[in-house]
Amino acid sequence: MKYNYGKNAITCLCCILLLYGCAPKPSNKYLGVLPEVIDFNFHIKPILSDRCFACHGPDEGSQKAELRLDIPEGAYASLGENQDHKAIVPGSLRKSHAYLRMISEDPAFLMPPPDSNLALSSKEIAMISKWIEQGAAYKPHWAFIQPEKRGLPKVENTDWSQNGIDNFILDKLETLEVKTASKSSKEKLLRRLSFDLTGLPPSPAAIDAFLDDQSNQSYEKIVDQLLDSDAYGERMATEWMDLARYAETNGYHHDFERNMWPWRDWVIKSFNKNMGYDQFVTWQLAGDLLPDPNYEQLLATAFNRNNRTTQECGSLDEEFRVSYVIDRTNTFGKAFLGLTVECAQCHDHKYDPISQKEYYQLSAFFNQVPEKGVTKSFEGQPEPYLELPEEQMTKIQDYVNNQITSEYKGGSEQDIAGKYKSNWKDEMGALYEPVMIMKDLDTVRPTYILDRGIYDSHGEKVSQGTPESILAFENEYERNRLGLAKWLFNPENPLTARVAVNRYWQLIFGRGLVDTPDDFGNQGAFPSHPELLDWLAVEFMESGWDMKNLIKLMVTSATYQQVSKTDTHELEFDPENRWLGRGTQQRLTAEMIRDQSLEISGLLNNKIGGPSVKPFQPEGLWTQVSSGGRYKRKYMNAHGEDLYRRSLYTYWKRIQPPPAMVIFDAGRRNLCTVKRQSTNTPLQALVLLNDPQYLSASQALAQRMIEKGGDNSKDRITYAFRWATSRKPAIDEISILENLLQKEEAEFEAFPERAKSFVDSKNAQGMNTLELASYTVVANAIINLSESLQKN
Amino acid sequence: MSDLLNLTRRHFLEKAALGLGGLALSSFDLGAGSKSLSEIKTHFAPRAKRVIYLCQSGGPSQLEMFDYKPALQKYHTQELPDSVRKGKRVTDFTAKASKPMTKSFVDFKQYGQSGTWISDLLPHISGIVDDICVVKSMHTDAINHDPALTFFQTGSQLTGRPSIGSWLSYGLGSLNDNLPTFSVLLSKGSGRTDGAQPLQSRLWGNGFLESLHQGVQYRSGKDPVLYLNNPDGITHSNRREVLDHLQLLNQKYLEKEGNAEVYSRMAQYEMAYRMQTSVPETMDLSKEPDYIFDMYGPESRIPGTYAANCLMARRLAERDVRFIQLYHQGWDQHNDLPDHLSKQCKDIDQPSAALIKDLKMRGLLEDTLVIWGGEFGRTNYCQGKLTDTNYGRDHHPYCFSMWMAGGGIKPGLSYGETDEVGYNVVNNPVHVHDFQATLLHLLGMDHERFTFKHQGRRFRLTDVHGHVIKDIVS
Repeated sequence: MKYNYGKNAITCLCCILLLYGCAPKPSNKYLGVLPEVIDFNFHIKPILSDRCFACHGPDEGSQKAELRLDIPEGAYASLGENQDHKAIVPGSLRKSHAYLRMISEDPAFLMPPPDSNLALSSKEIAMISKWIEQGAAYKPHWAFIQPEKRGLPKVENTDWSQNGIDNFILDKLETLEVKTASKSSKEKLLRRLSFDLTGLPPSPAAIDAFLDDQSNQSYEKIVDQLLDSDAYGERMATEWMDLARYAETNGYHHDFERNMWPWRDWVIKSFNKNMGYDQFVTWQLAGDLLPDPNYEQLLATAFNRNNRTTQECGSLDEEFRVSYVIDRTNTFGKAFLGLTVECAQCHDHKYDPISQKEYYQLSAFFNQVPEKGVTKSFEGQPEPYLELPEEQMTKIQDYVNNQITSEYKGGSEQDIAGKYKSNWKDEMGALYEPVMIMKDLDTVRPTYILDRGIYDSHGEKVSQGTPESILAFENEYERNRLGLAKWLFNPENPLTARVAVNRYWQLIFGRGLVDTPDDFGNQGAFPSHPELLDWLAVEFMESGWDMKNLIKLMVTSATYQQVSKTDTHELEFDPENRWLGRGTQQRLTAEMIRDQSLEISGLLNNKIGGPSVKPFQPEGLWTQVSSGGRYKRKYMNAHGEDLYRRSLYTYWKRIQPPPAMVIFDAGRRNLCTVKRQSTNTPLQALVLLNDPQYLSASQALAQRMIEKGGDNSKDRITYAFRWATSRKPAIDEISILENLLQKEEAEFEAFPERAKSFVDSKNAQGMNTLELASYTVVANAIINLSESLQKN
Repeated sequence: MSDLLNLTRRHFLEKAALGLGGLALSSFDLGAGSKSLSEIKTHFAPRAKRVIYLCQSGGPSQLEMFDYKPALQKYHTQELPDSVRKGKRVTDFTAKASKPMTKSFVDFKQYGQSGTWISDLLPHISGIVDDICVVKSMHTDAINHDPALTFFQTGSQLTGRPSIGSWLSYGLGSLNDNLPTFSVLLSKGSGRTDGAQPLQSRLWGNGFLESLHQGVQYRSGKDPVLYLNNPDGITHSNRREVLDHLQLLNQKYLEKEGNAEVYSRMAQYEMAYRMQTSVPETMDLSKEPDYIFDMYGPESRIPGTYAANCLMARRLAERDVRFIQLYHQGWDQHNDLPDHLSKQCKDIDQPSAALIKDLKMRGLLEDTLVIWGGEFGRTNYCQGKLTDTNYGRDHHPYCFSMWMAGGGIKPGLSYGETDEVGYNVVNNPVHVHDFQATLLHLLGMDHERFTFKHQGRRFRLTDVHGHVIKDIVS
């Protein structure tokens, strides 16, 4: 905001006179609409941050007119050569020049400037004017204040509440005069719970047992059961793999293989053992720096080697080495602090109090790895690494043997050896490679501020440190990643627990209390229930960062157990279910959709861990993006039971990830991701209708219907429907599917050769082909039901 | 029963068409929720409605194709002077090696009324010079393939931004109810097969935009779009039957649960069903007359080749697909350049020229923007051994050539100029962000106002840079 009185004095004067003369207030249109009391954090900062902070915010480099609007000292300060005016004068609109310029009709005077394309709406101006009139009070950014556990709010409907969560939710709903929804049916509830805790649907037997259990503890019992199942660790690990950008390949250029699955298995195991979140994260950040680190502590640090790496010849080593440091810094910021620290890579953060210097201080923790930026192809895994122990090597040998013998069944040993060499050697060879882990250099590598983020534009030299505005770095902490982990888990750190709790809230309720799990800064969303977020954060810390306890608290709340059914009125009032006056409707994730089809068809192989597997994918996808010769990679479908492993074990090639997963919005695993999209596309329909994986599941389900579902079509349809949706179909639903079955039977009877070619005869011995074909079509329709793809 | 089914289906489609139930917007638009032409808000009148981007992956050598540098004959084998290099960084390949300047092994001639210089490797392109604009002053920030291609396609060297096609799908929506808005076709070059540059499917990814905006890849072979074909034994009418029953059940679910997403999903199943007809129909070249194949060259009869993809691109453009992205691999001539580059040029010369002629003939060139180019150029000095007949060239970001045609581009123009040895731009530089700004401009979008807010920041295809090159706009 430049006060160029020399040039524009007359215009400005006119403007101001005009404003004095006329009403400096905006129209009365919004009088009834604006809140009684304007809150800085809630109402004003989102506007100022979005439209003003880029030039009048924390980034010193781009500050205009020496004005800062993000802090009161800046906004209230005297400005101009003569120090004769102020941007904001609490209580006075006509003296607040920031306001006068927001309503100016002179484009040269107007703020934000017209060419910034950041115009304020009249409602926003009205909001700001009311705030100034009310005293223009600033508040510190909520996320940077240590969370406090306040008493539970008093609610009218005291019977509803199951635990503390409900008091907060209900309190808000009562204020909004919204009724809570009724309790979900037991079947629906178990479906939701089962997916949320294990990623798998409940079996009809489990549903029956739950329905039969009339005791008051029946729900809690099943919650405990699911939390204790191995599948729980797999479910939690799946989310963690997105955050940790886990993959089987390097991601750049020829996309060579790496061997990180032992880390993935450690993650599953740690979740299942219910390792405290503090320990879980500390080991991953700094296991190698603990006194006498054991194998698992070292393995855990592979977390920070999951970043992409290059082998592209001709690349500049330092450019890429620096990019790995940057990736780790950004991952740390996003995953654990919920901040977009990467915005401070080229300049001070434009919205949040993180200077460019602080960014590079943070990066200094990750800049100490004795690693190369560019490694040579076929030269083995880049250092530092951890050799695998004997027992892991046996697992690998078994896996490789199994793959090769099933691929070349019947060939001579010589044949197999030859084919192995030409097709598998480079890829399989990687499995015997050590796991990349973290290590620090003996002597500290200097870290510099990088001008505009360019790897070799060294500015001021900096040492390890953390952003001051979050929490001071205590002197007693080691100036390395272990010290960083201690800083992160200092109970006074305002972000760590909130960010974690919010991410798990998102996992269970579909959206976070803060809807931007990766941005708790000024541009991020304001929490829908700030007191609840704080209560949960403190509760989490007090429990010793007990993950299972946290998840249990969420799923045993009355809030969680509501029905998700909506009517138009509710949809209009709260389309996104922000206030949680009903249960959440969510599409299943990519992994859940595939795993469900395997589970309900009886194909699922429950084996835990080991090298990743290659279920069916269409031919040619790898070769079309790879080059020739020894760089060529050809996808070899797995055999036997490996076709039916849970989806978190599917081989993740970064330059060409498994299409059926990506089509259902699985992350690409190039960068840390804490929130996935959930979309509907025609490609998804094509996958579920035509992907051989889903067709073989449909056929297996059909077989199950015929063999186990009963003697008649009604029972059989009921059987499959129940597996897929966790409830029994209504009579009219059965008759629609029966009608389809009859049509299919007639069709296949008229054209028996179609039935023959449709059915996979290898897996249908002793079955009536016409019957199996017809039921397979019906089973596939059931898998495609909207309800089968949802957890409601 | 079947009457009932039809009724419900009609009922559903009517509702969908009315946009009830909050259907998601998408690149796969069908009636509901789609941005019809009249609704699309461009910033100003567009010159182009659609784009065909012929991306040449690997870095084609401008010095043997478009940027005629006779002075290199004089300086042949002489070391690149520091006064020319000016300390600019080079790749690790040649950082420490000697840098002997190297003349082109082919001759150039002037063609057309415009007198555009074209090398002998491109006999067909030389025939369309009056329809195209050759930009000789391109330059970029990146020096290696992966970051450079990512930069061209997404405006940032960092992974995770949307591709140009995704931006346009998001901003302009679909012109077609039956085909994906952003279509992708790949082909392999015959110049360098071993160690050719790999591609990344994220290049046609949606980044932080909705996944509806991602590029959909068309493949040669029996499944032209992944999972498009019904399984053996299932006919189209059979599939219709299944969908009708499915929709009926979904309708009941919707009534019971009030799940707005169901509408969107039902609509997408219908789009999938239509694609099962529209995609094979588009991909089926059997009704193309012989003279068309003759125009595009013999390779156009072989599915999956660059030539066949060019012909496919014309068919997609005819059907109003908004963004058609081709990738042709194999342009990385670090060594054996004379042999390998000749082969690459043969791959693309006739089909690229044919595409322009074909579009022009059908009146489509006027509002179709065609772009030909790679991620960077090649050095004026030799990499590896320089002999009388053989040499290679390294990656060169400081100058390279592209050409564009149609869609508001000034035809018959050679734009920009490099120094006499072809190392630096000396006149009218065009940065990658300028190219992107100009592309958006031709489509009616102001690159500074076309933004998407993500993680608190307004992202642009051109980041915070870029200028529209008005000189090349007709």
